[in-house]
Amino acid sequence: MVKVLFFAGLRELIGVANEDVVLPADATVAGLVADLTNRGGAYAEALAADRRWRVAVNQDMAQLTDPIKSGDEVAIFPPVTGG
Amino acid sequence: MFQPTIRIQSADFDMTDEHAAMRGRHRNVGAIASFVGVVRDVNDGSGVSTMTLEHYPGMTEKALAKIVDDATSRWQLIDATVIHRIGSLLPSEQIVLVMVASAHRQDAFDACAFIMDFLKTDAPFWKKETTADGSRWVDARVIDDNARNKWHAT
Repeated sequence: MVKVLFFAGLRELIGVANEDVVLPADATVAGLVADLTNRGGAYAEALAADRRWRVAVNQDMAQLTDPIKSGDEVAIFPPVTGG
Repeated sequence: MFQPTIRIQSADFDMTDEHAAMRGRHRNVGAIASFVGVVRDVNDGSGVSTMTLEHYPGMTEKALAKIVDDATSRWQLIDATVIHRIGSLLPSEQIVLVMVASAHRQDAFDACAFIMDFLKTDAPFWKKETTADGSRWVDARVIDDNARNKWHAT
């Protein structure tokens, strides 16, 4: 089980700020995103390949190939715009 | 390595107070460079009435600490303060303060610009602006990626 968080425009599109997701033992960021996208609806729209989004695992920026293990905190969000 | 001052807050900040506090902490500082970001009343051709800032609590502080740490490994720094506001802000209000102390000016100037460039691309903040046409999330700009990436070439 991992905790998935959504921020900013992604959170508004999906309508959920955070949720628990069950993943296989050899899960990766790409696998999680594929699972979420396969739900269809707002998830598929928010995570479509032509939209720009970023992923952080345990509060560090991550790549699609990075592994995810049980207990991790995974955040998905649009490119940042602070400052 | 010094302990930087990193704060995420909805309240405004006073640059003069931060400046005095930084000078009060050290006797070997010869230069303090600072940057203040301010809310503009126009963006992409539309009038902006309110700017709302969201962030990722926990990761924000971690990302800012790493940026300051990276700056400290490149320049001779004595102290650094980063304050970023969240919540609803009006045009002309302050958004962000970066203040860097060093023995000499060039390290302070360069580190201040470096921290600000990486804050724009690596710290998890998001801006939503309200215009006459409604609210919209601000898009990330390629120019900010370019500003960050130029530091990799030096």
